[in-house]
Amino acid sequence: MSIYIQLFLEFFKAGLFAVGGGMATIPFLYDISDKTGWYTHAQLTDMIAISESTPGPIGINMATYVGFTSAGIPGSVIATLGLITPSIIVILIIAGFYNAFKNNKYVQAAFYGLRPASSALIASAGLSVAVLVVLNQAKYAVTGSIMDLINIPNIILMLALYYFTAKCKKTKGLHAAAFIAASAVIGIVLKLGGV
Amino acid sequence: MNKYLDLFLTFARIGGLTFGGGYAMLPMLQKEVVEKRGWATEEELMDYYALGQCTPGIIAVNTATFVGQNTAGNVGGIIATLGVVFPSLIIISIIAMFLQNFADLAVVQNAFAGIRVCVCVLVFNAVMKLWKKAVVDKKTLVIFLIVLIGNFVFDVAPTIFVIFAALGGIFLKNKEAKA
Repeated sequence: MSIYIQLFLEFFKAGLFAVGGGMATIPFLYDISDKTGWYTHAQLTDMIAISESTPGPIGINMATYVGFTSAGIPGSVIATLGLITPSIIVILIIAGFYNAFKNNKYVQAAFYGLRPASSALIASAGLSVAVLVVLNQAKYAVTGSIMDLINIPNIILMLALYYFTAKCKKTKGLHAAAFIAASAVIGIVLKLGGV
Repeated sequence: MNKYLDLFLTFARIGGLTFGGGYAMLPMLQKEVVEKRGWATEEELMDYYALGQCTPGIIAVNTATFVGQNTAGNVGGIIATLGVVFPSLIIISIIAMFLQNFADLAVVQNAFAGIRVCVCVLVFNAVMKLWKKAVVDKKTLVIFLIVLIGNFVFDVAPTIFVIFAALGGIFLKNKEAKA
């Protein structure tokens, strides 16, 4: 199958099944990475960061970026179109009777189950990122020492960022882009990439 | 000006000027769509927004389709949606091309090593916010744990969980109503 058709179908599926906005597409992006190998988990994490720090809906930014990484500029257009096509179809269908839809008890009951499932899928994607960040698997494979497996500088940075993004009243209202930029500078200064 | 062109340009401006998508977009929508153009009332916009969250897909896209459809029919819905995604396509493609050429530089690799830590924390914060609305009792906690373990440990595809969680929600609420 052509990569373009496959891209369109994978993103169509994400657009149809990701419920709860942009972040809900992340688990589908991990799934695509596992299935196709078009990009690695580490690359995906970088794409998420850039999508959060640039203008536009995060979900669309991620689709464009993943599409570009997988198949160049045509890929970015096709992935984005794939993601928005189900939305357009669904919304145009229900636009006529949206009050009936919103108050329907089956729709509300379905969301009772969908909300925790969607949160869990995003949490699972977050754990995949955390494994990359907390464990230094490449270094451990070379030295075999447990001390090298656990990435202590990253854990300290993680705890500090959690404090400033979620706890500290003065800084937690700041935009995500500010924290991402600060983390980039810290990464460069402390050579967190190890190069 | 042609209504379609006006829709495209207005939504392109909204897409290009909001950081963070979905929720950050609401103030821009209120100004451009309600106050300036009168394409929807404040109440209609809130309804579209609420519904955009309970239909599949990106909230910003769903809201754009709704407003466009309301203003200029089905074609309007499609054009408003293409408008809202247009700036992302241009901006991200440029950044992606640029970064592709510099990905091997030590400074870029170190920067992204730091950024990855930050993404991890941001995703965690997003989950905590959703958790408050989603995990409201023991049943929803069980759904959360099944999906988390099933997806993270056993690598079951997300689509399967979404289908079963929707059906599970209907089944559980139905049982509650009967009891």
